[in-house]
Parts: sequence; C-alpha cells; structure tokens
Amino acid sequence: MDNDRKTMLMNLMAEEFTAIELNLYLDTHPEDRKALNDFNETVERLNDLKAQYEKRYGPLLNFGFSSSEYPWQWIDEPWPWEINFA
Amino acid sequence: MWIYEKKLEYPAKICTTNPKLAKVIITQYGGPDGELAASLRYLTQRYTMPTGRSKAVLNDIGTEELAHMEIVATLVYNLIKDASIEQIKAAGMEGYYADHDKALYFVNGDGVPWVAAYIQSKGDPITDLHENMAAEQKARSTYEYLINLSDDPGVTETLRWLREREIVHYQRFGETLQHLYDYYNSKRVFY
Repeated sequence: MDNDRKTMLMNLMAEEFTAIELNLYLDTHPEDRKALNDFNETVERLNDLKAQYEKRYGPLLNFGFSSSEYPWQWIDEPWPWEINFA
Repeated sequence: MWIYEKKLEYPAKICTTNPKLAKVIITQYGGPDGELAASLRYLTQRYTMPTGRSKAVLNDIGTEELAHMEIVATLVYNLIKDASIEQIKAAGMEGYYADHDKALYFVNGDGVPWVAAYIQSKGDPITDLHENMAAEQKARSTYEYLINLSDDPGVTETLRWLREREIVHYQRFGETLQHLYDYYNSKRVFY
C-alpha cells in the first residue's frame, strides 16, 4: 500500500476514533451540548474524509452504505488485517 | 444489524515475525479476559438493560470490542504469517500449529479454547455492570502483562492503545452504574 493511501487512511482513522470516543461519552452525558457539537462537527469531517477515500480507493462499507464502480470493488485487497502500519 | 467497515479502528503495527509473542497475545483474542469475551458479554447483556442509556452503552462498547478483537487478530496474524517451522518450534507453538497451522483460533496462551463460562449475563443490571467493570480491569491487567512480555516496539504501542481503551470503558461503565442507581432510587426499588 502506498504512503498516500496509508496517510489518508490514518487521517480517517483518527477522525473516526474521535467520533467513537465522543459517542461513548455522549451515551453517559447526553446533555453535554459542547460534546454534542464536537460530535456533529466530527461527523461532517469524517463524512468528507470517507467520500474522498472511497473515490480513490473504493468502498469502505458493505451492505449498501457505499457504492461501487465496475467491476464490484468490495472484493479488492488488501483487507484491514493485511495492512501493517509499522 | 451490523455494517462492516473495511478498516481497523487503530493502525496496528508489527515490526518483525515473532511467533513467541503471538503465542501470548492470542489470549486477548480467545482467553478469559479477551476481546471476544468482552464483546459477547456486553452484547448479550444489553437486552435486559432497563434504560435507553444503559442499552446504548452496552451496545456501543460491545461493538467497539469487536473492532478490538480484529486488532488483536491482526497482531497475531502478522506475527506468525511468515514464521518458519524452526521459529514455530522455538516458540513452543507446535501444538497450535498441528491443530490450526497459522489460522486464528479462540484460545488462551496455553491453548485452552474459549468457553461461554468466561462470561455472565445475570439479568440484574447492577450485577452485570459490576461484572463489566471487573472485566475491563482484568483486560487492563492482561494488556500490562503483555506489554511486559513484548519485545516488538510496534506491537507494544498497539497494546498500549488497547490498554487505554479498557480504562475508558471502565469509566463509562462506572457512570452507567451510577445512572442505574439513580434510576432505581427514583423508582423506589431498593438494591
């Protein structure tokens, strides 16, 4: 996997991790407006990054959450466990 | 319903082939305090949680644990995939190799297979939350022992991140426990 793709994927991972962390925090602090704003802003940035990544490298999500060009790109390698970030 | 996202939650790093390290890390895949146990425990307890908040916490942490299971599997897979027979023998992994080659299987470091008896689903939300807080602490201890055993800087960094997640989950479960106490107090049910 080339470095451009790895960098893009790591930026996406960082943004999604922010979303995961805020999601769990909001589960137990549902009335924290600042955290909710941060979450919604993170979702926007994450959607942008996902759209950019998918345009270049194919679908990130299965079952109808990402579209594919011809031929069906979901089967393209590498799969996540085949990428070493060392 | 679950959707698969074709990426890891955290960029797993593996510097060199190291079946000896894989042999111990696999306990966080299929051992008593591993990620499979964590995920299945929370996802099966969620059905009998009494509030939207407690259902959400178990659902979401149970889902995150599936992603951690995938990270642990990625570590083990990459640590053994290029190992020679000599390296597998030197690591004491012959028994595992005879049954599984280099495939992933749910065992602890000594080859004991995963059993549902590792987890509990008690029907009492207060009891289940205490179990889950203990589970997060047990997993944190295990990651600390694995960090002590690791001689691969990339793997050590990945294990440190996984350890930190246990602390965050413990915190969220603690808040959920307090929320349940408040909920039962408001309903005048005494526990």
